[in-house]
Amino acid sequence: MNSITARRRHPLARYAVLILALSLLGVVYALAAPVGDRADAAIASGKADDVAAGKDLFAAHCASCHGLNGEGSYSSGGGSGPSLVGVGAAAVDFQVSSGRMPYADPGPQAPRKRLPEWVNQDSIRQLAAYVQSLGGGPTKPSLESVDPSKGDPAKGGELFRANCIQCHNFVGSGGGLTYGKYAPPLNPATPTQIYEAMITGPQAMPVFNDTTITPDEKRDMIAYIVSVRQQTDPGGSGLGRIGPVTEGLVAWIVGISLLALAAIWITAKKRQVNHD
Amino acid sequence: MSLDSTPKAIAGPANFVDERIGAGNFLKRNLRKVFPDHWSFLLGEIALYSFVILLLTGTFLTFFFKPSMGEVVYNGSYEPLVGVRMSEAYASSLNISFDIRGGLLIRQIHHWAALLFVAGMMVHMLRVFFTGAYRKPRELNWIIGVLLLTLALLEGLTGYSLPDDLLSGAGLRITEGVAMSIPLVGTYITFFLFGGEYPGHDVISRFYSIHILLIPGILLALISAHLILMWVQKHTQMPGKGRTEQNVVGAPFYPSFMAKSGAYFLFTFGVLALLGTFAQINPIWLFGPYTPADISAGSQPDFYMGFLEGALRLMPAWEINFLGHTLALSVLIPALVPMGIIMTGLALYPFAEQWITGDRSEHHVADRPRNNPHRTSIGLAAIAFYGILWLLGANDWISAKFHISLYTTTVVGRWAIFIGPAIAYFVTYRICIGLQRGDQEVLHHGVESGVIKRLPNGEYIEVHVPPAEDIAAHVLGKKRIPAIEAAPDGEGIPPKGARGPLGRLRARLSQTYSADTDAISLDGHHDGADGHHADGHHAVNGAAPHAGVGAGADKESTRSIGH
Repeated sequence: MNSITARRRHPLARYAVLILALSLLGVVYALAAPVGDRADAAIASGKADDVAAGKDLFAAHCASCHGLNGEGSYSSGGGSGPSLVGVGAAAVDFQVSSGRMPYADPGPQAPRKRLPEWVNQDSIRQLAAYVQSLGGGPTKPSLESVDPSKGDPAKGGELFRANCIQCHNFVGSGGGLTYGKYAPPLNPATPTQIYEAMITGPQAMPVFNDTTITPDEKRDMIAYIVSVRQQTDPGGSGLGRIGPVTEGLVAWIVGISLLALAAIWITAKKRQVNHD
Repeated sequence: MSLDSTPKAIAGPANFVDERIGAGNFLKRNLRKVFPDHWSFLLGEIALYSFVILLLTGTFLTFFFKPSMGEVVYNGSYEPLVGVRMSEAYASSLNISFDIRGGLLIRQIHHWAALLFVAGMMVHMLRVFFTGAYRKPRELNWIIGVLLLTLALLEGLTGYSLPDDLLSGAGLRITEGVAMSIPLVGTYITFFLFGGEYPGHDVISRFYSIHILLIPGILLALISAHLILMWVQKHTQMPGKGRTEQNVVGAPFYPSFMAKSGAYFLFTFGVLALLGTFAQINPIWLFGPYTPADISAGSQPDFYMGFLEGALRLMPAWEINFLGHTLALSVLIPALVPMGIIMTGLALYPFAEQWITGDRSEHHVADRPRNNPHRTSIGLAAIAFYGILWLLGANDWISAKFHISLYTTTVVGRWAIFIGPAIAYFVTYRICIGLQRGDQEVLHHGVESGVIKRLPNGEYIEVHVPPAEDIAAHVLGKKRIPAIEAAPDGEGIPPKGARGPLGRLRARLSQTYSADTDAISLDGHHDGADGHHADGHHAVNGAAPHAGVGAGADKESTRSIGH
């Protein structure tokens, strides 16, 4: 005990500890990363097997546009795709779990669509692990960090109004953008997808990283979005919740039509038989 | 006791009142006033009754609304806004919606009634326009109507701004921009309106006074004047059997029309209650409180402001510098020009038509729209102009919901605003002429009876019968559109009204405005008979006494279109 205490205070002890730690790290790294630079990915997004399986999935479903190693490609006739180095597992989870990727029919913007057969929890995780291994990037958030019940909807509402509604509309009904792009409605998006969209900035959307909006604030915003979209409209039918456009349509098509019919009914009379 | 004598319990008080007010004679005369029966004559009542409901529901809302921009922290029942800082106006609107019994229903009925108030005015105005019911002596009442419509827009704008929610704030911001763009006085007007830099602390309370006191007062006065003038000048009527410029054919006010009108009030109330119950309108809690920093996608005004919104969206970003002053044409033109074209055009139309036709006579029998094709076409062109602007006010939703590029909608709109009215004019004109020819066909040929006859020579013909008497009378109510005398006299000198550039223009317009109705005459004259319609013709000849009425049957100039 005494000897350990004495040696601990030796001037060279700190260097010894440092060297020990470094070599330990090196050994663990060498053991855990048989395929070299993919160790952090395996740690971050699952097992090392996922990366290998993900690479196969990638080659089968993504490589035609994004390149065999995710380096991206460009061709003027369509079929080009950006580099995926550094986009992170969160981007893969968002794009693939919402059906946006693989991109079936290149246009101004990838639409949310039905998932292809091969897409499921496991294949998304494997694909994400592979892309994460290419160069890191934001990872899929934990379930707790997107749990609406843990957020403050009122605070989230203020952030939502300040940052989101100029494209996604008051209640996340979506809206049009330039050149055929659009901000999609937020109703079908899961809390995880909303979070991932904020940290990866898909398509026309800007990135809201953790210094702009903290993870807690993101959860507040998710709490607001979910609470408002689950709300039963207190005033009757919500009319698509897009504001005065549908209200005006209803005023004319329902209101004026009904009253015109009522007027026709009130003034209708049978053709009188002439008695004179 | 007979049923004819008035019971003492009624006669006593009635006599007491009559001796002091003397209304008996007035009522005796006016309760028998005759109102014509046509469904389109009830459309104005949509607006009238909506206004009554607006006054009643609005009064209820004033009991609980606080027109203040003072900041409070919301602590009511609507969970997603608890703890949010907002104006007292917005907080009290939330309270009306969630914490006051029946408040949301009344708020929604009030808002739906506002939409039907303006929509009712519009359909009423279109009816009056297309039937030519604005003609002498009703021009002043028409102008009162145009004023009412303009004031209704202002009333709507001040009304939906009051809750101080994020959507109404967008409208307020545009109002500020428009005021600001007015040359020279723009900034002064803005500072006067908002009590300083936008948004200030005054605008809600000022709009409140305007919305609940000033404009409703003027509306009430003008509506009364509108109704009194209508009462005094008597109602127009559609052409038909026994209807002349000197009489009104219909049912007396008491009891018949009063019952119908009362029922129509209940219908209006019923439709508004239905909408207020089942269709959510202006969900301010979803919009959030107003802050000038936030703006939402899909911010639209209520429908009656949509045409101004569309004009603003279509306008290229023009800005010029005039003698050191910036003129924001991109705001000034869309704010003033469409409004000016539509409202000024409406107000001046009766007088423009009089100038063109030289017609100074009174008209109490309405036109069928087809019988004045140019007027109808001008009306439809105006509807197209308004409609395109209105539609383009929602171009972001059109883009988002139908997946059309936003810029495409703008570019298409910029062309359509000029081409659309021209197409509408042309198409409507052809339709009117076609309908007139159809009328002529009915008079000359009769109506298909469904009876097929075989002639001795083996030929099959369908028997035509004369149209029913009332339909024939309705069709024959067509009048020739007057024109000014423009032909030069024997020495080649044009008449007084047709000299000079303006006179020549007037003569030309006059000829065009009245032209085609001369060619398509509804007289009973019919040239030639094709053998295979012999029976039909025979039947039609039976209708000749009706068909011949009033129209010069032997006129050489008449061109028959029947064949």
